[in-house]
Amino acid sequence: MTNPTMNLLLFAMLPYVALFTFFLGTILRYRKAPFTYSSLSSQFLENNQHFWGLTALHYGIIAILLGHLLGLLIPRQILLWNSRPLRLYVLEIFSLAFALMALVGFVGVIERRIRYPKARTVTTPADWIIESMLILQAAAGIYVAIFYPWGTSWYSTSAAPYLHSIFLFRPDISYLVTMPFIVKFHVVNGWLIVGFFPFTRLVHALVAPVPYLWRKPQLVRWYGIGILPVWPRRPSGARD
Amino acid sequence: MNVRSQVSMVFHLDKCIGCHTCSIACKNIWTDRKGTEYMWWNNVETKPGTGFPTRWEDQERYKGGWEKKNGDLELKSQNKSSALFNIFHNPNQPTLDDYYEPWTYDYQNLFNAPEGADQPTAKPISMITGEYINVEAGPNWDDDLGGSPVYAQNDPNLESLTPEQREQLFATERLVFFYFPRICNHCLNPACVAACPSGALYKRGEDGIVLIDQKRCRGWRACVAACPYKKTYFNWSTGKSEKCILCYPRLETGQAPACFHSCVGRIRYLGVLLYDAARIEEVAKLPDDQLIEGQRSLILDPFDPEVIAGARANGIHDSVVESAQKSPVYQFVKVWKLALPPHLEYRTFPMLFYVPPMSPVMASKEGGVIDHVSGDLFHDIEQSRVPVAYLAKLLGAGQENKVRYALRKQKAVRWYRRALTVGDVTMEVSSRMLAEADCSSEEAEAIYRLTSLCTFEDRFVIPPMHREEAIQMMEDPLEHKASAGFGFVSGPQRGM
Ligand code: HEM
Ligand code: SF4
Ligand code: SF4
Repeated sequence: MTNPTMNLLLFAMLPYVALFTFFLGTILRYRKAPFTYSSLSSQFLENNQHFWGLTALHYGIIAILLGHLLGLLIPRQILLWNSRPLRLYVLEIFSLAFALMALVGFVGVIERRIRYPKARTVTTPADWIIESMLILQAAAGIYVAIFYPWGTSWYSTSAAPYLHSIFLFRPDISYLVTMPFIVKFHVVNGWLIVGFFPFTRLVHALVAPVPYLWRKPQLVRWYGIGILPVWPRRPSGARD
Repeated sequence: MNVRSQVSMVFHLDKCIGCHTCSIACKNIWTDRKGTEYMWWNNVETKPGTGFPTRWEDQERYKGGWEKKNGDLELKSQNKSSALFNIFHNPNQPTLDDYYEPWTYDYQNLFNAPEGADQPTAKPISMITGEYINVEAGPNWDDDLGGSPVYAQNDPNLESLTPEQREQLFATERLVFFYFPRICNHCLNPACVAACPSGALYKRGEDGIVLIDQKRCRGWRACVAACPYKKTYFNWSTGKSEKCILCYPRLETGQAPACFHSCVGRIRYLGVLLYDAARIEEVAKLPDDQLIEGQRSLILDPFDPEVIAGARANGIHDSVVESAQKSPVYQFVKVWKLALPPHLEYRTFPMLFYVPPMSPVMASKEGGVIDHVSGDLFHDIEQSRVPVAYLAKLLGAGQENKVRYALRKQKAVRWYRRALTVGDVTMEVSSRMLAEADCSSEEAEAIYRLTSLCTFEDRFVIPPMHREEAIQMMEDPLEHKASAGFGFVSGPQRGM
């Protein structure tokens, strides 16, 4: 990955192809085939090992993704936080722990799908591919975290500006070209996952049911009116 | 008052012959697809027995239904934040082992097996993996008390019995059982709806049918855990949950649901109840011993002018109110108080009611002479082989007097008819029994007619569903010309 054209292709072109596919794919799929948006749970078929892989994977990956997002949104504050060694270590250790959780989870779920015939019957080619990509992604991330310290700091100074440049449509790959191979791999594989996302089960992450937190318990739908809550009662007058 | 209408049901357990015709009618129409083989939206259980899924009534294990916590009503399976924290792995979700692994047989082997010394057999094959399996459980494994030491003895309702009563129930020479057909109760306070993080489940405003929006369901499975009756099922193939739809496409065209239509024992009744939606929450918080009365008080009198006005104000069509006035369910539940809701202590307010079964009560005296003139004409109800305490646990939210009331009335009606037609009981004794059972002779006559002589039209008073008001009907029909219809435009295929 030292060839300049290659760099341009992978770090400046691929992101746009991936993002374009991501948005077009997820939106079209949501509108044309809403039935296919599901977690596709397999807990019903195998419930012994299920807890370990699934919980570790999700708690790990959600924390890690939030971390990536924070680094992107508030890089300065992260650097400020890291200015004291103790705080830096805390952040690094927590990040590493969550990343390991995610990796263990990913390996756990794929191992479970190989091991249990019932889980295997509900596994598609897309599942094998995306879960392998996720394992590679987590493993590469952890390798970087261990061998190129302190990632939480240099993410804010190099990766965040690169991502900013992508999102602001002024791609600047100078931050990346000098990076070690494994970092480049993490970036490229990341974009590939983003591009492949709409064609996999991962779309379930987009419909995470957060509004449940403030929803009324009971729902009623009327012909031609739609959904209204029953109890606790709506304020006076409403036909509920 | 907030008047709503609800298509409600009564199952007369005294008449169920346990033929499973209802289950088969349902299966053939709705659940013979991949992923639904194990589902029985309608199933018929033998009681005492563990039911389907195994021991579904044990809420310490399954955590279904509501419970009162600090004066508030909460789901037993989750609260709002735990629902999200546990979404990746639901700690209360039943799994295939709680139901059974669906199977078919390798019939081809009967034709293809090479010649040999033994007859070829058709070995069972799993409908999930396609591999040979050892069948160890099925949806009616304990039918007619088969394997009762394992199954019947594990019935959660037996907790309410004393050791003597239990012994009585299981003494071989007195063994007794009855059938308990179950569908979704289309509850007034459905736990399944409240549990769904995506808001995919809903109650239909016009008729109260509880449905799962298949396009909105994301397979979080919270409804499966929350329904105390285990009447939502997870389709392992499509990754969506499914449940009884009360055959709404049939109801909308004026036909009874398939299980009702096909019922051989004619045990099933269907009709509209008007109820007060404004008081559901308040009544759901009542203590256990007031729940039955509480639910009855939610059901409104369809002849009361105030109720009719309330119905009109809420857009309930006059034809539906008229239908409610003819509802057999209203008679059984509210007027005669013969039909009781199953496990009301789960506080979902099921709208399927059961007339408790008599036969075992009467049969307990078979061979002996019943003392016609004893001071208490109902004493054999107390001594019946299915203890009242057991029925009360199942149908009376623990209230024995509610079950006793229904049983006494049924017995009085029988004796009244016996005095009229057989003549071995005097009218005087039968009148005394009617009086003691809180029943007039007109009422007895009406109960007799609706129980024994009921025609199709008496049993199923289906309200006009007014589909002309449905949103689809407002849309330009030409827009859908040559398309796949209003429902699925793409087939219900599993996601990638
Ligand atoms: C944001 C909120 C998310 C929610 C609510 C969620 C929920 C779920 C649920 C309920 C399942 C099914 C578990 C089962 O088999 O019972 C699942 C599976 C899965 N999720 Fe998520 N998820 C989320 C985010 C993510 C993210 C961000 C990723 C990865 C980038 C991810 C990757 C996966 C994978 C790979 C599986 C399949 C595991 C297997 O092989 O069984 N999820 N998720
Ligand atoms: S019985 Fe039916 S309506 Fe009631 S909680 Fe269960 S699934 Fe929901
Ligand atoms: S069809 Fe009717 S009589 Fe037969 S098992 Fe079902 S409910 Fe009972």
